[in-house]
Amino acid sequence: MTATTTPNGFDLDNSGKRVVVDPVTRIEGHMRCEVNLDENNVIRNAVSTGTMWRGLEVILKGRDPRDAWAFTERICGVCTGTHALTSVRAVEDALGIQIPENANSIRNIMQLTLQAQDHLVHFYHLHALDWVDVVSALKADPKATSQLAQSISDWPLSSPGYFRDVQTRIKRFVESGQLGPFMNAYWGHPAYKLPPEANLMAVAHYLEALDFQKEIVKIHTIYGGKNPHPNWLVGGMPCAINVDGVGAVGAVNMERLNLVSSIIDRTIEFIDKVYIPDLLAIASFYKDWTYGGGLSSTSVLSYGDIPDHANDSSAGNLLLPRGAIIEGDLSKIHEVDLRDPNEIQEFVDHSWFSYKDEGKGLHPWDGVTEPNFVLGPNAKGTPTRIEAVDEAAKYSWIKAPRWRGNAMEVGPLARWVIGYAQGTPEFKEPVDKVLTDLGLPLNALFSTLGRTAARGLECSWAAHKMRYFQDKLMANIKAGDTATANTDKWEPHTWPKHAKGVGTTEAPRGALGHWVVIEKGKIANYQAVVPTTWNGSPRDPAGNIGAFEAALMNTPMAKPEEPLEILRTLHSFDPCLACSTHVMGPDGGEMTRVKVR
Amino acid sequence: MLVLGIGNILWADEGFGVRCVEAMAARYRFGDNVTLLDGGTQGIYLVDQVRAADVLVVFDAVDYGLAPGTLKRVEGDAVPKFLGAKKMSLHQTGFQEVLTLADLLGGYPDHVLLIGVQPEALEDFGGSLRPVVKAQIEPAIDLALGYLTDLGIAPPAASEPRDAGGERPHPALDLAAYEAGRPAPEDACRIGDARVLPRLTAAGDSH
Repeated sequence: MTATTTPNGFDLDNSGKRVVVDPVTRIEGHMRCEVNLDENNVIRNAVSTGTMWRGLEVILKGRDPRDAWAFTERICGVCTGTHALTSVRAVEDALGIQIPENANSIRNIMQLTLQAQDHLVHFYHLHALDWVDVVSALKADPKATSQLAQSISDWPLSSPGYFRDVQTRIKRFVESGQLGPFMNAYWGHPAYKLPPEANLMAVAHYLEALDFQKEIVKIHTIYGGKNPHPNWLVGGMPCAINVDGVGAVGAVNMERLNLVSSIIDRTIEFIDKVYIPDLLAIASFYKDWTYGGGLSSTSVLSYGDIPDHANDSSAGNLLLPRGAIIEGDLSKIHEVDLRDPNEIQEFVDHSWFSYKDEGKGLHPWDGVTEPNFVLGPNAKGTPTRIEAVDEAAKYSWIKAPRWRGNAMEVGPLARWVIGYAQGTPEFKEPVDKVLTDLGLPLNALFSTLGRTAARGLECSWAAHKMRYFQDKLMANIKAGDTATANTDKWEPHTWPKHAKGVGTTEAPRGALGHWVVIEKGKIANYQAVVPTTWNGSPRDPAGNIGAFEAALMNTPMAKPEEPLEILRTLHSFDPCLACSTHVMGPDGGEMTRVKVR
Repeated sequence: MLVLGIGNILWADEGFGVRCVEAMAARYRFGDNVTLLDGGTQGIYLVDQVRAADVLVVFDAVDYGLAPGTLKRVEGDAVPKFLGAKKMSLHQTGFQEVLTLADLLGGYPDHVLLIGVQPEALEDFGGSLRPVVKAQIEPAIDLALGYLTDLGIAPPAASEPRDAGGERPHPALDLAAYEAGRPAPEDACRIGDARVLPRLTAAGDSH
């Protein structure tokens, strides 16, 4: 192929020079991305490759389903809790286990804590440096920085002396050649638009956010018993509540409940007084960078999450919306059924797996994970050192999940587009306010920056909902209900011989589902479809491209050898991957190699 | 002070650091001033624990091209540099960054010791430590204890097992349970990414 149009509406042309972005880190997953540029350095073809084989599903075979959460918590260093919650929900669904109201509230607080912490850390630590030039911050006038900070927020750490101190610390790092987290970036790249003062303010808040996030996760330690790797339980939560207890060990007592409450207050304050004003300030300099929308205006999916009441998975009970939008019709929110074999299906004709019939997709309950690593005839390099994949053939370790045949975007922007389209005030009003403040039309939401903004709004939303569930929990406890676990069906002899279930969450980076099949008390099949599987999906048999691929299309690059624009858009999805880049010349020769987070 | 094990226990020798902490916690009861922590692959989320420590001991699987199972002891200022060297630690990006951020934020530990082991196998999903690596758990713990003793932090005599210590992996992931419950190879594909297998084999031959 040189030029073709995909069924989901993208004009692909792979005749121009190819830029390759490839990873080295091996811990949480890898991703590689290749694009073709036209003569004006505009992206005309995009190929997203997952380069890690996830063996998780198969190592759970034969294990006790009550322990599956502890294994799934180890899939990834970032999303530990959300995998554990998804796993216990899948097992409870299979075995018909009801959980107490307090367990639902505590789980929601845990999940919302993860959302708030993950979004905050993602924005400052993993994404802000795509917009903020650290080296430029060294040129800032601390007094002008102070004036800027005070003009957008009443956050107290804003004196000229404070910013001067931060600047001195950064300078010491830069001069010692010890850039650490600021290494391997494209400082001075023409796509950076912030004045030095805005850069300095953002760098100061980068450090504050990193310091602050440790407070947020104390909630995981209190309700999950420990952190990292908090404890979970099929049937509820493992923390006992004893309001009269004393000391820091053992049951959750009033002192600890009050500590959670105070952390929630401080989290809300930090997000609303630092994160959101920074987001708006940064966005105001990038209003003309409108790229990266991809599938967000046409095809978005959310499983929904944060059940208001326990044991009710109907869409009306979920505070994060469940639904699908396809073909760009925002007036119609389709109901999503995770059990329907015709809705969610995974395809592998472009993935390094085999099915008996690769023209068809399989529902996760019928999922097969049979590795089959072969390169297409037009791939360049060798199997151990690929220079370019052949996207007409198999090219990724990620399967291609589809909803009724549609490639879908998942994540904060998907959730907020659905909430907005439903007209729910708590989603619609903040979006409208941001657009009005920035003087932008609704269309601006469907972009890389829109994705970044939706994450910020969701972070604030999550922190306020933590307050809601903490108050609900306290009220329930005061009314005399301290139950946190239901152990009626703990023993395997109470279980049916054959059972299957599905558990879902809305992880920070998108819709997450675990499908489990239990035979005679043991796991017979386990399939996880993670958010980055949706967003990072390769092509499918019909030729639809996935969300990462779609979002990169038609983006102009200022300097192809420094692919900052690609990173911005990929990072805006908060992919659960670490990657580094190799930038190749037209002849496939390596021009430069840059580390990317 | 903080004794930290890092790595992914689901990836064969990658689990070395966490297994060291698990074994140490099972055997020794330290005072409240000592934290044993299963850090998993938490990366920057470990910054706070590192900043809170005056003394930091890290167990990790580190690739320095030695014979599998070789222990390597690195101390003080050499640790971040060591971690920063190309392909040295399997968690280099994560953990070197953790140390740098601890420095930038303030609170870099006064004493840092890295105890690394050269892994034999990583691309074995669901697998456990290889015998040569597992055999280094005890010597690694001895190195840590010696270091602590030199700093005047003597652990009480090895005796009472610690009760379900909060910082250890969940009992379902306990080394013995993890190994015993592994599905058969015909049920569960164990190999990693096919592209790295030839490289690993070649590396193994060179030792």
